[in-house]
Formats: sequence, C-alpha cells, structure tokens
Amino acid sequence: MKKKRRISFSTVYLALGLVIIYLPIALVILYSFNESKLSSVWGGFSLKWYRTLFADKAMFQALGNSLILGLSASFAAGVVGTLGAVGFDRVRPRSRRVIEYLTSMPLMTPEIILGMVFMAFFGMLGIPFGMGTLILSHTTFCIPYVFMLVQARLVGMDRSLAEAARDLGAGERQVFFTITLPLLLPAIVSGMLLSFAMSLDDVIISLFVTGVNVNTLPIKVYTALKTGVTPEINALCTLLLAATLLLVGLSMLWGKISRLTGSGR
Amino acid sequence: MPNRKNTRRTPLTSRWMWLTLVPLYLFTLVLVLGPLVYMLVLSFETRADMWGVIPQFTLANYQNIFQPVYLNTFVQSLKLALLCTGLILLIGYPFGYFMARLSPRGKKFMTAALMIPFWTNSLIRLYGWIIVLRSGGTLDKVLMALHLTQRPLKLLYTYPAVVVGMVYALLQFMILAVYSSAEKMDWSLVEAARDLGASPAQAFFTVTLKLTMPGLLSGVILTFIPSMGLFFIADILGGNKVVLVGSLIQDQLLQAHNWPFAAALSVVLMLLTSLMIGLYKRVTHTTRLEGLL
Repeated sequence: MKKKRRISFSTVYLALGLVIIYLPIALVILYSFNESKLSSVWGGFSLKWYRTLFADKAMFQALGNSLILGLSASFAAGVVGTLGAVGFDRVRPRSRRVIEYLTSMPLMTPEIILGMVFMAFFGMLGIPFGMGTLILSHTTFCIPYVFMLVQARLVGMDRSLAEAARDLGAGERQVFFTITLPLLLPAIVSGMLLSFAMSLDDVIISLFVTGVNVNTLPIKVYTALKTGVTPEINALCTLLLAATLLLVGLSMLWGKISRLTGSGR
Repeated sequence: MPNRKNTRRTPLTSRWMWLTLVPLYLFTLVLVLGPLVYMLVLSFETRADMWGVIPQFTLANYQNIFQPVYLNTFVQSLKLALLCTGLILLIGYPFGYFMARLSPRGKKFMTAALMIPFWTNSLIRLYGWIIVLRSGGTLDKVLMALHLTQRPLKLLYTYPAVVVGMVYALLQFMILAVYSSAEKMDWSLVEAARDLGASPAQAFFTVTLKLTMPGLLSGVILTFIPSMGLFFIADILGGNKVVLVGSLIQDQLLQAHNWPFAAALSVVLMLLTSLMIGLYKRVTHTTRLEGLL
C-alpha cells in the first residue's frame, strides 16, 4: 500500500514535469498555424505564416548559412574527433590526462567566454569575420562531443575482434578499416549529429564571431525576439523543431544509443 | 609499404598512429589554448583611445571590476545564479531520482523525452515562454479564466520571468546529472539501512544523498556557471532590467569596444569556473563531470 502510493507520486511528478517542459514548445507550434497576427488571439487555422516564411529571402539565406555551418562543423569535428580518439587510445597514460583535460575544455568553458576569446583571437590575427570564423569556432566546440563519445566507445570495445583479424593476417590499416571503424561508426554518427544540433542551437558564440553580412538562423531568431516577433518566427521554429526531431530519431535509430547525455556508458 | 609480417605484433601503428592526433592537437592548441592564453594577456593590456589595444601592462582592468557599477552587476548576477541553481536543484533532484527508479522501459522513454527539448534550439523554448508570460498570454488567460486574477499580470520583462527562463533552460543538466548518478547507485545499500532500522528520511540523507552527491554537485556546476553567462535569456525575458556578468562582457565587447576589460571579466568568470570544477574533482575523486555527456 505504502509503496504503491510512493510510486504514484513519482509518476505524477515526472508527468507534470514533462508537461511543463513541453508546454512552451507546443505553444510555439500551435501559434504557427494561427490566422491572427497576435499570439494572444486564436484566429483559426492557417498556413499563411509558412507561405510568408517561404517567400522571405533573407530567412532562406540564413537557413542556408546555418546548414552550411552545421554540416561543415559537424563533419570537421567528426573527422578530427574520431582521429583524435583513435590516436588517444595509444597514448601513454601520463599524457592522457593532459590531452583529455585540454580537449574537454570547450565543454567546461562558459559559452560567453568562448565567444569572447574567439572574437578577440580572430581579431588579433586579422582573420576577417564571417563564415570562415564561424566554421572554425563551431568545429572547435563540437570536437569534444565526437571525441568523448568515440573514446567511450573505444574503451568499451571488444578488442578480441581486432586481435583475431590481426592473427588471421590482416594489416593494421585493414583492421582499422574493416573492424575498428565499423564498430565505431554509431558513436561517430551520434557525435556528429549531436554536433550538428549544437551548431544549430548556438547563438552566443555565433553572435561574436559572425561578420556583418552573415546571419545564421539562431541570430535571426534572436534579433526577431528582441525587436518584435511575427508568427513567421513561429513557423520557422516549428520547421527547426521538425528537423531536430528527425536528427534525434536518426541518431537513436542509427546509434542505438538512447543516451547521448546520460552517463555515457 | 612496410613489410606486413614484421609489423604484425609491434604494429606500424605506433609509427603513424600519432599522426591521427595532429589535427586534435592543432585545434586544441591553436583554437582553445591559444585564445584562452590571449584572453589572459589581453586582460593586462591597455585599451587604446579609439579602437583596439596597446600592449602596455596595466592592472586597471581588474581594478575596474571593483567599481560599484560593475561590482554590483557581479553580485546581482551571482545572486541570480544562486537562486536559479537552488530552484533547479529542488525541482531537478527529485526528477532525476524518480527517473532512476523507473523500469528500464520507463527510463528509456524518459531519457528520450528529455533529449528532444535538450536538442531543441534554446531560443525556440524561450519564445514559448514569451507566449506564456506576456501580458494577456497563456498564463494570464488561464488565471483569469479561473478568476484568480482580474487583469494581466505583466510578468514578461520582469525578474521572475528571467528566473523561470533560466530554470527552464538549465533544468535538464541537473536532471541528467542526478539521474546518471542515481542510476549507478547500489540500491541494496538503502535497503540495508532500512533493515537496520533507519527511517526513510534517515536512509535518504545518510545513504542515497551521499551516493548521488557526484551527480548533484555536477548538476550544480553545470547550472551555476551558465546562469551567469546566458545573457540572451536575461535580454529576451528580462528586458533591460536584469544584467548578468555575461551581459556585461557582451556589452563591453560589442558596444563599448573595451576588450581588455571584457577579457578581465572573462578571466574572473573562468577562474570561478575552474575553482568549482577543481573542488568538484577533489571532493568526488573523479575527472569527469557526472552526466556531462
């Protein structure tokens, strides 16, 4: 009896939590289909804000920029992070801690500081602000995600497979490409998808390192939220949300990793 | 191409494998360590009259922080961060704890359900809160329909709105950190304590709380530090009324163009972060923040 009641309290608590967590998101979606321009009035179902959105050239440019940025950063982070994790596997224990500390630093550093140091650093080097600086900085903060996921996977990997292949006469390179890499692939893909999502989410760092004429979607949304929103932004958010869902779904299907953020193992 | 027979046992790995680390080293040294070191240097330099920096050593930027205006911002920001972290702990700890007690299927569902908002653009979620909190918004409508209030509350652009936004934006870090810790916990220890006559509360405070401490502390760090930096939440939900250390840095950088001062502020914030993480490692004897990834 007593036990039953405790379980039901925790269920109610969790359910209520989820409702509150999802409520704001649901409202954004709901009002993207609102005929009225005012988000406090429901004027009936309409797709007109989507039509407005699709006619908005500046918005499309921002979308294009965000996609280019997200794809480049997650791809670069995927390559650098994976190679690094594989190499890290053979590093002597003493150097391991230093490398691990330094690579995970972007995760531990507040975004505002990353943004500030990137801006100051690129400014000092005289690198013109724009897509180049955006890609460099996004790649930098995405690398740790790939690195840590791939490294965790390497630690948990069954080494006997690689050894068996080697005993059967496969060369190191062959072992890597036929055994190790396929086994690591889920972690790599998950890391890259996570990177993509992080890149799409980033406002703070982008705001600092972007050039005058380069807008990303989050920067556009941020400016709109500060100056005044039209339901067009709702429509945009809904589309972004759909993209996010697709990414999460893909990574779960592919990686069979139900937790990217849990304990990692 | 080296002879495969010879390289089988002592693999050619060691000969070329280090090369795979080169890109990682490059990025880490050039784009992580380099900028951070530059930030430190910059914080001791002098601001030029018009634009840029003069390489002349000064402590003025650090002294600047103690000017009442800026010191007050620091204190206010710390207070807000403490309040938010406290609230997040109160709400998030039970959530993570209850999650860890679910069936495997329940856990899977809950983690997936938490992942989606986690991956969702934080601006979208903030926007949702604007819709809820604005004058005549969802909350006002519900409250007025229930006859709890007569007129709109005007909650948007107030301090509480910022607190709500912060708690909402950072809650999942606490939940996942606590969950990750509680999930690894050996529950038989709690049972043992109960069998030995401890009350549920006693068992919780002497066993469960201690064992989930790494998650709890990690959650505190993961929420406390960002809640001083996430200036866009204060911007969007607080109007211009709430100023964080992060807002100050952004202002000095983008508006006042006082880079050395922004650097000095960042150094202080960075020191605070390192201090907290260092303490965490000392206390929990671990190298990684629980539930970070």
